[in-house]
Amino acid sequence: MLASAFTNSVFGFLKTYVLLAVAANGAVAGYDAAALAMFAWAGQGLIGVVQVFQWNELADRIRTGDIVADLLRPVDPLVSFLAVDLGRALHALAVRLTVPLAVGALFFPLRWPEHPITWLAVVASVVFATVTSFATRYLINLLAFWWLDARGPGTLWLVGGTLFTGLAVPIPFFPEWAQAVLWCTPFPWMLQAPLDVLLERGSAVTLVAGGALAAGLTLAAAASAQRVAVRRLVVQGG
Amino acid sequence: MAENAYAKLLAAQIRGQLQYRLSFTFDLVLNAGITTIDVLVLLAVFRVTPSLAGFGIGAVLLMTGLAQLAFQLADVAVGNLERVPQYLRTGLLDAVLLRPLSTFGQLVVLDFSIRRAGRIVQGLCTYGVALRVADIEWTPARVLLAAVAPLAGAVSYAAIFTAGAATMFWLVDGGEVVNAVTYGGRDFASYPTAMYGAWFGKLFGFALGLASVGYLPALALLGRTDPLGTPAWSHWAAPAVSVVWAFAAAGIWRVGVRHYQSTGS
Repeated sequence: MLASAFTNSVFGFLKTYVLLAVAANGAVAGYDAAALAMFAWAGQGLIGVVQVFQWNELADRIRTGDIVADLLRPVDPLVSFLAVDLGRALHALAVRLTVPLAVGALFFPLRWPEHPITWLAVVASVVFATVTSFATRYLINLLAFWWLDARGPGTLWLVGGTLFTGLAVPIPFFPEWAQAVLWCTPFPWMLQAPLDVLLERGSAVTLVAGGALAAGLTLAAAASAQRVAVRRLVVQGG
Repeated sequence: MAENAYAKLLAAQIRGQLQYRLSFTFDLVLNAGITTIDVLVLLAVFRVTPSLAGFGIGAVLLMTGLAQLAFQLADVAVGNLERVPQYLRTGLLDAVLLRPLSTFGQLVVLDFSIRRAGRIVQGLCTYGVALRVADIEWTPARVLLAAVAPLAGAVSYAAIFTAGAATMFWLVDGGEVVNAVTYGGRDFASYPTAMYGAWFGKLFGFALGLASVGYLPALALLGRTDPLGTPAWSHWAAPAVSVVWAFAAAGIWRVGVRHYQSTGS
């Protein structure tokens, strides 16, 4: 946990310096220097909470056949994995979010929300972002039912998780058409949306509602994909 | 006999990884795709700004190309040393130590991952395009530097991977800390060192020598002076830095392996 927080902080510095160099001659894409610094550090803190990086637990259980035990339980595996993931996110809030934010605040001026109500919107947005991230990861892991070695799809997730979430650069840096396409995918809802809410950029209501919609749609997709997968399940080994 | 054993281990690894063909192809292509993230990020950044710390897109692309190619070469060769913590925890290292082969050599071939090879393609393309696009007055010395710099950078990154893996003999579960220097080191070298804050740039650029991977060789190739004020001769010092790194890493690795105490299981 501390090791991750340390690494996230080093990347926080790298990202902040790039973004500050971009904003050397004034605001870019509607972000000023303090907003960009906050974007970098809050983003570094949130990746551990919403879990932008790869997650293979379900795919591994499918590959080894352990998934059978999960399916025998009286709880839907989607629900139990979601509960575990939300618990993980709550725990991550304590270290992985606070350490990078504290380091960032120590070294750079950050733009904090002006209205207290924003914090409430941030909390809601982060919850929806976590659920969206979980459901998308779950969906990709489910591919292991068809594709025993699901490392390929996992790598695809890495591209989406880094480039399309706003982790690498803020989405508004991309051309207009690319932004329009990206907001139709789950990715920006995992990081860009909560960060925009935090920076009070755009309408918080729209961003939170959009986050709720993204969370609902991805969860529904994961649930229906699981139904199809279980119907044709062949248990390996014995 | 010894080379033969390494070759056989390597061939077995590659054959094994080619078994799931569709997934492997997907993996190879995606590995190539993954590395284009950094180039796309660079393009997105230059869409909203004309220069970073006074360097235009051509110059920064040259640094990125150098850093990416160097890192990818090192990653394909020894990147799997990231798995040393697993070997320590599971006790596999005991078996490795018992065999009459080099520990380092075995670890490198044991987990050699052929799908990583897809990553080099991007580095070669980016570096090639950068060399054409950037405004370089070619001299024999610069041609030599252009050829040697990515290899020197690769040696430095390979040494960082090795030294990082060696620290796992003490830290065991601190793999992510090493990522800050390996992957962080790649990202650092992809941009001009002059762009970073004073102490951060000095720490990564000069104490860890990462300025010599992308920034300094790019200055030498472009014939530019350094806003940080480093002397011109130091821009050609990448090979020397990589030799220092290689010796340092070899030393740290040896101490690390000697320090190893089996879990006994």
